[in-house]
Amino acid sequence: MSPNLTHEPIEGEHFHITSDVSGDVWEIVVGLEVHCELATVTKLFCGCPNMFGDEPNTNVCPVCLGLPGSLPVLNHQVVELAMRLGRALHCSVEPSVFARKNYFYPDMPKDYQVSQFDRPINVDGWLDLPDGTRVGIERAHIEEDTGKNTHAGGSGRIHGADYSLVDYNRAGVPLVEIVGRPHIRHPEQAKAYIDELRAILLATGASDAKMEEGSLRVDANVSVRRVGDPALGRRCEIKNLNSLRSLGRAIEYEARRQVDLLESGETIKQETRHWDEGAGRTRAGRSKEEAEDYRYFQEPDLVPLVPGADWIAAVDAALPVLPAQRRADLAAASGVGITETAVVITVQRDLDPLALAAIAAGGDGRRVLTHVEHNLAGDGAADLDPVLLARLVQLELAGQLTATQAKTVLADMVVTGRSPEVIAAELGFEAMDSSELEGIVDGIIAASPDEWEGYCSGDDKRRGKLQGFFVGAVMKATKGQADGKAVNAILDARRTAAS
Amino acid sequence: MTDASIPTTAIGISRAVRAGELSARAVLEVHLGAIDAGEGEINAFNLVLADEARAAADAIDRLVADGGDPGPLAGVPLAVKDNLCTRGIPTTCSSRILEGWRPPYDATVVSRVTTAGAISVGKTNLDEFAMGSSTENSAFGPTRNPRDPSRVPGGSSGGSAAAVAAGFAPISLGSDTGGSIRQPAALCGVVGVKPTYGLVSRYGLIAFASSLDQVGPFSTTVADSALLLEAIAGHDPLDSTSIADDRTTAARSLLSVLDDGVAGLRVGLVTELMGEGIAPDVAARVRQAAEALAAAGAEVGEVSIPALSYGLSAYYLIAPAEASSNLARYDGVRYGMRVDADTTAEMNTATRTAGFGPEVKRRIMLGTYALSAGYYDAYYGKALKVRTLICRDFATAYENFDVLLTPTSPTTAFRFGEKTDDPLSMYLNDICTIPTNLAGHPAMSLPFGAGADGMPVGVQLLAPALGEATMFRAAAVLEAAAPDLSEALR
Repeated sequence: MSPNLTHEPIEGEHFHITSDVSGDVWEIVVGLEVHCELATVTKLFCGCPNMFGDEPNTNVCPVCLGLPGSLPVLNHQVVELAMRLGRALHCSVEPSVFARKNYFYPDMPKDYQVSQFDRPINVDGWLDLPDGTRVGIERAHIEEDTGKNTHAGGSGRIHGADYSLVDYNRAGVPLVEIVGRPHIRHPEQAKAYIDELRAILLATGASDAKMEEGSLRVDANVSVRRVGDPALGRRCEIKNLNSLRSLGRAIEYEARRQVDLLESGETIKQETRHWDEGAGRTRAGRSKEEAEDYRYFQEPDLVPLVPGADWIAAVDAALPVLPAQRRADLAAASGVGITETAVVITVQRDLDPLALAAIAAGGDGRRVLTHVEHNLAGDGAADLDPVLLARLVQLELAGQLTATQAKTVLADMVVTGRSPEVIAAELGFEAMDSSELEGIVDGIIAASPDEWEGYCSGDDKRRGKLQGFFVGAVMKATKGQADGKAVNAILDARRTAAS
Repeated sequence: MTDASIPTTAIGISRAVRAGELSARAVLEVHLGAIDAGEGEINAFNLVLADEARAAADAIDRLVADGGDPGPLAGVPLAVKDNLCTRGIPTTCSSRILEGWRPPYDATVVSRVTTAGAISVGKTNLDEFAMGSSTENSAFGPTRNPRDPSRVPGGSSGGSAAAVAAGFAPISLGSDTGGSIRQPAALCGVVGVKPTYGLVSRYGLIAFASSLDQVGPFSTTVADSALLLEAIAGHDPLDSTSIADDRTTAARSLLSVLDDGVAGLRVGLVTELMGEGIAPDVAARVRQAAEALAAAGAEVGEVSIPALSYGLSAYYLIAPAEASSNLARYDGVRYGMRVDADTTAEMNTATRTAGFGPEVKRRIMLGTYALSAGYYDAYYGKALKVRTLICRDFATAYENFDVLLTPTSPTTAFRFGEKTDDPLSMYLNDICTIPTNLAGHPAMSLPFGAGADGMPVGVQLLAPALGEATMFRAAAVLEAAAPDLSEALR
């Protein structure tokens, strides 16, 4: 990292880098390419099981081994899942063709990959992030996965290994590659995009979307430009991003690297770079002597894929309600803003059905979502009776329970399923009447004359500190049953009277 | 074959075997005897499967003895081109690169002929990966033409054509990408058929050019080709390009139409394939065939199909382009030959350098170039447009004609080495056969007398997609009218 560059996030959604040298402000432009394995029973072009983690080379046949004379037959379920994902991303489903991408690699049995090139199945969609940003989807096409190389002996790396082993179980597993447009401006947005996409993949049943098992893989195209410059900078493609954390770190590192180069009058080389999580930096891939030419042409062993309007309509009809819509529904019902964390988290935890039911049962929207956000992170929350949750919130708003008490009661409700009234009674959470509370406050004031003097005559800072002292003392005296707001009101009234 | 009691046709053999009048084993022994006597000179086979064939023939005989029906090809010896996969049996494509490889599965056509009762007697020689027109490109030495062993049998299915012409088997299977069944059939004086693309499964046919390849029969008679084609045709769920059965019913009903004649059939003699580049004796035989059809009641006329002139150029871009991709998998990693080296990339190169012959390398280079960035539009892209143009011109011609008539090959069988130094003159052999592959249409060659050199001349019948039945009707009439092969054209 360059010492003469500082960064400050300007507002929520933009990540700006300011140069100390030129004073120029740069922004990040990111487009993500996501490969995800479809959760089919069998592979893309043969009947072999699509299974992760089996004994090497057990889920193979002449077709996925690319044996001479074998031919591919398209798996119907792949098309179904690909369309489901495409429609969930608001893409249009187009007549598509398969193409061969030709290059030599030992994990690729035919030395070409069957993919879709100039006519992909899903085109022109979008994905709405929780922060309200709409990220365009250029395409989401079908292609086959490769096998997996293991380099053994010697250095254990591809160069200098004694020998290499290839497992073809993954060869021919169906993938969808989702190509996002360069609409992302912040590392956090990139992470939110993947989170959102993963939620859609899970909701549609298209993929199990496990980054750690490689069923969801992310490459990031990163470039930078001066704020206000309409032209895109030259980009680098970052690979080997195995977690959301890596994704965010890599984008930030890469952007700084590029700004640094450009500020020193150098140019960015368009290249593939690998993220090194340990070193916290990207490295250029082994430089190729010449640009790879994949010699794409239409796959003659397959016929064009033209899903009928009926099929597409059936896919649409069967789509589940997607996270963005769920957030909108929840925001509308609760009166809480759609981009607020409580709404986003409630949907992320799949607790929006509970929240909506509790609101329908008369619970205040914001209080319900606040409980979901802060007090319902663990197991069992989804089984909570929404009517009881509504009642808890009502007790709270009626002043029968303090926020702290409500939290305690709620934790009990999740475990025992009992009603909030029963739990509150058992714990002795009786609403304190105001004269009783006033008596306790007055007693503490009388017992702490120096502090009271400071509270009444001191500056704001000192008063704030001493307010904490008095509230704490009241809470201690009432074993936490006092309502903090009520205590503050009494203190304030006494101070006004004293002056 | 020497035994007069054994029928010479597949139809005759299967009828006798099914009726229990003749044992499959006896039929087989006669053919194995012919192979023993002639194979040393002809070299039609890469592998003769005598033991396996005897076991299969005995099984057929037991089935018949038990009252079962082995099927329409009962006990018929059959030779299989060595680019069709046979389970557990080496399948070489006449290339060193597949050394030691045994497929774990049968090609669909192989399963179908076996199910129909045929006895596979061996795997036949071919130009390496079916690339060639003389079988001189085989890594295992050329096949000789049984009509004159100093001449080539044509190619690439030279072994399958020669096996039938030599009486090693009454029928055989070949593959046709640009004429590889029809041209050797013409040069060896037998019948050869390239079916409509998609009528016969390609599963287990080792690909040369996937959008053009099609498996088809060789035989000595038109009826035997109809019999074999009926046995292998039909939808295969393992081949995505195979046509649904409900669309091919007519194209699979061939034996029943052979006697229907050609009265009223409109036959077009293709102008572009009767002039320059076609030997005068070959052209004369084709005109004689046209007269024979007219005499049988057909309406014969001339038709011009201008786009055919570009067929050869388009083919030699499309076929190599597909081949360059299809043959990439022979990289030394998983099966076949491997020449070790320090890195994987060097091993790939060393293996492919040692394993492929010069013609295969030439076409891989051509195809790689044609698909390369910056050249795609000028070469492969343009060739695809020409292909579309040829289909359109054929469609126009078929508005006025039911079948077309052309020579199969510009010349009769040439001598060894005559064209090996000049690839272009070798490529010109396919000028009459290539257009139908580009269009995906059916076509067949059948012998129609001999040329000035006494070697057989093949005439070619073409029909629109799935027009096999019409094509076979015309072929049956021509067969009946054909001059004797022993009579040279004077």
